[in-house]
Amino acid sequence: MPVDCAFEIAIERVSILDEHGVFDESLGEGLIPDTDVVMLYRHMSMCRHFDEIAFKLQRSGRMGTYPENRGQEATSVGAAYALEDKDWMVTCYRENAGLFLRGVDPEKILLHWMGDERGNNIPVRATPLAIAIGTQLLHAAGLAWASKYRGEDGIACTFFGDGATSEGDFHEAMNFAANLDLPIVFVCQNNSWAISTPASVNCSAPTLAQRGLAYGMHCVQVDGNDLFAMVKVIREAAHRARTEHRPTFIEAVTYRLGDHTTADDARRYRDQDIVDEWAGRDPMIRLRKWLEQRDLWDETQEQAQRVESESFVKGVVERAEGIEPPTSDDIFTWMYSDIPPTLDMQRRTLRTSSLGQGYDGAGS
Amino acid sequence: MANLTLVQAINLALIQEMEKDDRVLLMGEDIGVNGGVFRVTEGLHERFGAARVVDTPLAESGIIGTAIGLAMGGLRPIPEIQFEGFLGPAYDQICTQAARMRSRTRAGLTVPLTIRVPIGGGIHAPELHSDSPEAIFTHNAGMKVVMPSSPYDAKGLLISAIRDPDPVIFFEPKRIYRAFREEVPEEEYTVPIGQARIVREGGEMTMVSWGATVVQCMNAIEQSGRDIELIDLRTINPLDMETVAISVQKTGRAIIAHEAPMTCGIGAELSARIMEQCFLHLEAPVQRVTGFDTIMPYYKLELEYLPNAERIGKAIAETAAY
Repeated sequence: MPVDCAFEIAIERVSILDEHGVFDESLGEGLIPDTDVVMLYRHMSMCRHFDEIAFKLQRSGRMGTYPENRGQEATSVGAAYALEDKDWMVTCYRENAGLFLRGVDPEKILLHWMGDERGNNIPVRATPLAIAIGTQLLHAAGLAWASKYRGEDGIACTFFGDGATSEGDFHEAMNFAANLDLPIVFVCQNNSWAISTPASVNCSAPTLAQRGLAYGMHCVQVDGNDLFAMVKVIREAAHRARTEHRPTFIEAVTYRLGDHTTADDARRYRDQDIVDEWAGRDPMIRLRKWLEQRDLWDETQEQAQRVESESFVKGVVERAEGIEPPTSDDIFTWMYSDIPPTLDMQRRTLRTSSLGQGYDGAGS
Repeated sequence: MANLTLVQAINLALIQEMEKDDRVLLMGEDIGVNGGVFRVTEGLHERFGAARVVDTPLAESGIIGTAIGLAMGGLRPIPEIQFEGFLGPAYDQICTQAARMRSRTRAGLTVPLTIRVPIGGGIHAPELHSDSPEAIFTHNAGMKVVMPSSPYDAKGLLISAIRDPDPVIFFEPKRIYRAFREEVPEEEYTVPIGQARIVREGGEMTMVSWGATVVQCMNAIEQSGRDIELIDLRTINPLDMETVAISVQKTGRAIIAHEAPMTCGIGAELSARIMEQCFLHLEAPVQRVTGFDTIMPYYKLELEYLPNAERIGKAIAETAAY
């Protein structure tokens, strides 16, 4: 019997503005209006500065463990720019730039890492930072499902790393999304590392993008440091979700320029030459080149932006550090919608038992 | 008013809440076309359609995780986990996500979710179809845990659970799914979560139980001929300690019976609280008649394992004589 081909596909890789600043006019023309590119560059500059200050806050003992987002700004910013207000953005913890563009107050992120749950109380359609790896993908699938159930056309866009693609919840979310026709976009930030674990230990396939293939969904690889390419693929995926209720899996290839968190020392396991090489592929370097080539930016504006970023972030830090401290009551009152009697006794007395205690907590 | 089994009462509650509230949807393995492996969701797929009675992929974490998302998105999902033995894969989503989302976001996002799970032994089932993990989900703060022992309570509690703004695990004691019938009103009513029920009043001794063990307790009490007050907790978390304490302060003697293993079972928690709150009233130590500290055996030995009227009877006699 001649060998039949059961199924064949090529995984497309999308690139529009490469690391040298070369821009593919045919793909990129008209994708983002010039004024918006300026706005997005300025936004990313502010986010980069925020990230630097956050790092310093941890190092100076004013904040707890913090995961630098440095080098990965284009992935989440491209997505946030392409999404609509009614869409849900479901992130892990390296999407600050995108969250800020969506309207999340940067001080919330600082509060989160300062050990304050108020940092997770967000007025826009974004879920709190996800610490348990991969768990948020299922929530995103459910949020997308809720939109479809109601006959609305909002979608969910969820972010996670290369490491997360090993977790069971990743596989279950992909499977649910494809089999139940959920309007969701999966964005894997392949930044090469899960703490000290290289991506190759978490995936043996030639690309992460082809993971989507196994679940029967459209998949694509994109240069994650290319803002234009990110906008393009997210727009297409969002459209597919909105109009066809079909999911997409996007592998955004980027690199984690910093350590995993401030508690990590990546020099223990990474080759500095490779880190330096990737630093040259920084999304902001190529974007600045693009702007300058079109006389939309110059050194004077860069300096002005620096001053503005510093002032803005200073205000963010002041607000975060100036918030009134939480009280011990806060340990108890947010557990349930109505506090049960025994828990209320614990709240009132800050004790769990005392001699002569009655069922209503009376007694010393 | 009809005489319904536990299964029929749950089915009725689901129908009535789904009719009343468009936000309610069911999801789980085999609950749609098949009507559920115990037929608890029989007829619902036909009545409400595939979008509201969803046959999901075979993935417990996936079922609960997406249900959490649906709830965060403003709906009232009722996911089913087919047997309590399969809660394992869903443990993370239940305990680190559903139970924590309200506190984590300072009520920015909440999870009004009801997880339905058949629980307990006594039906000659394969492995992992007969366990009792209610203590595990009680120890992890943030989930309400309920377990009716009668058709009337099942309908009322399930409706309360569905309407509750917090995530609830609704345990259904499979041993008594069809064991007896009871009058269940057709009209809407609720049984409050967090409130125990005094099944029978008595002055000599207090017995506390829940789920299918309540039936064993009633048999034991009858056989003893003693005047024993029987309390069905109905809600495991939050515990209605007031009802238990008032009773033990009256009787001075207490026995707790449950299928789950002794160590770290809810009986241990109740004992500690009774000791704290009724110390001067106690005439005898609190007794616990429970499953042994072993894995639930395969069904040839399950009746040796499960607390029965005989074992409970021994505890009654010893406690009375102390």
